Amino acid sequence: MAIFNLSVNGQSKQVDVDPATPMLWVLRDHLGLVGTKFGCGIAQCGACTIHVNGTAARSCQLPVSAVGESKVTTIEGLSENGDHPVQQAWLQHDVPQCGYCQAGQIMTASALLASNPSPSDEEIEAAMNGNICRCGTYLRIKAAVKTASTL
Amino acid sequence: MTLIRTKFGRRSFLKTSAAAGGGLLIGFSWLARCTPAGKPLVEVPNEWFTINGYIKIGDTGLVTIFSPNPEIGQNVMTSMPMIVAEELDVAWDHVVVEQGMLDEDAFKNPQFAGGSLSIMLGWDALRMAGATGRRMLLEAAAKEWGVSVSDLAASDGIIKETNGSRTIGYGAIASKAVGIEIPEEIALKEPKDYKLIGTAQKNVEGPKIVTGKPLFGIDFKRDGMLLAMIEHPPAFGMKVKDFNMDEIKAMDGVRDAFIVDTAVPDPQWSDVNAFTNLIAIVGDSTWQLMKAKKALKPTWETVSEPENTDQHVQRLKDSLRNGTVAESRKDGNPDAAFATAAKVIERTFTSPFMAHATMEPMNFFANVTADGAELAGPTQTPKALQDSVAKLLGIPAEKITVQMTRIGGGFGRRLYVHFGVEAAAISKKMGAPIKMIYTREDDMTQGTYRPAYRATYKAGLDENNNLIAFSVRGVGLPESPIFASRFPAGAVENFSAEAINSETNISTGAWRAPKSHFTAGAEQSFIDEVAELAGKDPIDFRLELFERAKSNPVGGEYEYDAERYAGVLKLVKEKANWGVDTPGVFRGVAAYFCHNSYVAQVMDVVMENSQPKVQKVWCAVDCGIVINREGAANIIEGGVIDGIGHALYSALTFDNGASVQKNFNTYQLIRHSQSPKEIEVHFVENEIKPTGLGEPGLPPAIGALASALYKATGKRYYHNPFSTADQDQQARSEVM
Repeated sequence: MAIFNLSVNGQSKQVDVDPATPMLWVLRDHLGLVGTKFGCGIAQCGACTIHVNGTAARSCQLPVSAVGESKVTTIEGLSENGDHPVQQAWLQHDVPQCGYCQAGQIMTASALLASNPSPSDEEIEAAMNGNICRCGTYLRIKAAVKTASTL
Repeated sequence: MTLIRTKFGRRSFLKTSAAAGGGLLIGFSWLARCTPAGKPLVEVPNEWFTINGYIKIGDTGLVTIFSPNPEIGQNVMTSMPMIVAEELDVAWDHVVVEQGMLDEDAFKNPQFAGGSLSIMLGWDALRMAGATGRRMLLEAAAKEWGVSVSDLAASDGIIKETNGSRTIGYGAIASKAVGIEIPEEIALKEPKDYKLIGTAQKNVEGPKIVTGKPLFGIDFKRDGMLLAMIEHPPAFGMKVKDFNMDEIKAMDGVRDAFIVDTAVPDPQWSDVNAFTNLIAIVGDSTWQLMKAKKALKPTWETVSEPENTDQHVQRLKDSLRNGTVAESRKDGNPDAAFATAAKVIERTFTSPFMAHATMEPMNFFANVTADGAELAGPTQTPKALQDSVAKLLGIPAEKITVQMTRIGGGFGRRLYVHFGVEAAAISKKMGAPIKMIYTREDDMTQGTYRPAYRATYKAGLDENNNLIAFSVRGVGLPESPIFASRFPAGAVENFSAEAINSETNISTGAWRAPKSHFTAGAEQSFIDEVAELAGKDPIDFRLELFERAKSNPVGGEYEYDAERYAGVLKLVKEKANWGVDTPGVFRGVAAYFCHNSYVAQVMDVVMENSQPKVQKVWCAVDCGIVINREGAANIIEGGVIDGIGHALYSALTFDNGASVQKNFNTYQLIRHSQSPKEIEVHFVENEIKPTGLGEPGLPPAIGALASALYKATGKRYYHNPFSTADQDQQARSEVM
């Protein structure tokens, strides 16, 4: 066990955990931030996507010991009032079915738009390909990403 | 006028008030979303009044509607309350929705998510609940003003005197409506008067989903709750014998580790479970439990022969040839007709075992105490879970509460209750509240899979290319996929269908549109090939058959309504502009009836970098009255994408009793770039009692895809998954 000082959603947080603990479980079990989801544990499905210094990262494969002073953002911290353009667009297109993968989809999409404000269809597909949705909401996700790019 | 008998008498009110009256107070954060300025449309009430098991009205006019059934992404948490709100006649933006607890007496409705049945089975109870509430409010206003109910009208949450000026809101009269007497029979609205049903409404939990609120079972938390994980045997046919208990118990963060027996006495259909003896590890954090799982050194014993995929293929072939026919239908004399037919075509279709791969792995919360048990989590069958846990613990079902969380995907996987039972068994052993979660590998290797299938279809045409004989013979491991009286039963003079069951020690269960997804793919692509052999347009060929089934049906009853079946084909033909060819675009069509709804699809495939890619899909759907157009279109789109994905990519294979695929690195689900570019969904407009949509969108996608791929590549696709299976198996299997 070791003590880590983390910056999560703009707040300083301290946890005492095994250094190998993935950020996913630090967030879910130790910081009570359960919006970040467990899907596969091997960075294949994208349900656990968070931002590390603004870049999309799979938190299930990110040991807490590797985070250092990086700024971590989760779905809970994406916007103060749930009105990030990507969140607004998601509601406008009524994207979710079961909704489980959507936090990860939103975090990947918002990181994409931060680095590429007007992505093409192919760029959206390439960026989003690591995020699985078993319900099959891909078309609405793509439409929402495009709408978000105009908001 | 449609009358309905109300089931909410005074007695039931007294009972339901305890179950549904203690719901959560809805805070301003939810209401803020109702208006762009963030100003609530309705103030948060000081007091709530329980009208019946579904409805609670606040003194400000805000209405809470409890949604009875599990929400697995089929969007019933929006559509079921819409039906209540329609009959209650309250403005939808004055309604908040909460998930109800398991209480079938309060809801007068079976509470499960399966068979696309929520809307169809709930239709009467939901309308009755809304209409009862409206009548109670009217009775209260009539009494207050000393007039008769017939002098009053209610609309959008306001009661008005028809020939007077007095008005009163639902919120102001609600306290007087509680428990008021109403007639035994009350009138329901006619479909032409619907204001809410048939509109497009957003998912009521959308704002919570996009902000990451704790909605799902895996998010559930309780003070003092411990976490638990399990380890099941690594292969079917194996049982846990022993493990390094002392070593595991000594690990950081591990509170206990033990072998737990989760077998339910007198199991019912929902107790499918190949592994009732498990290693359970209980501790403080998920990561510590995952480390403990990795440190396990178990010993297993073999209790039945470990199977592999080659054996499965051989067993399917043998059973198809020699197996006992469990169910059959025979019209006319198929053998004689095949013997005299001018052309005969025979094709064999196969499909492997598949996983459900819900994005939320199995999990459940349980708190077993001396007084009873509290369960919370993602289950499609809360009542079945309650019954199984009652049997496991040897206590009455009434002592067990079941809270339904939002469910991160069902697809049939969560009809089976073992994970809830396991949580209860672990909680009992620990004497503490626990939440048990599976890893993805635990989940994918646990079983309850979609069965593997093999079926042979045969058709005979006369010299005028009329279909005079049709036969199908199909086997599954373990259950046959064949529906003996589905299309084209009733439409062909000489018809035979034979369903054969086989066996396996791999555990299987219902998977989104059970059996239908396979038969739709096989039968519809076979029909396409028969139409081609007959030199007929594939839509016209089907319409001919539906005309026969309608005007001069063959044999006894058949399962479908030929007119509605033909209706969706005609609608999709029109919407897709069928018959107008575009160079470089390859089209397939399919239509399928299952779960009481009809769906036809036209699918366009193009070649991109020498690879086929679905470009656009048109869907025509007849599910009777459409409740929520937004959610209905979404679930059909999802069904199409899910169908294309599983047809192209997904398969489980077995080696030495274990599934080779254990996670998403080897078990392939469709991804963004493989999804079609566009899907159009059209609904047949009618006033027929509504039926479900969770499943019927998926099956025809497989048939339409196979036919479009044939046009694109010149090759027929008989074997799932299309992207990797060896399609030339066909030729070899015919030689054998």
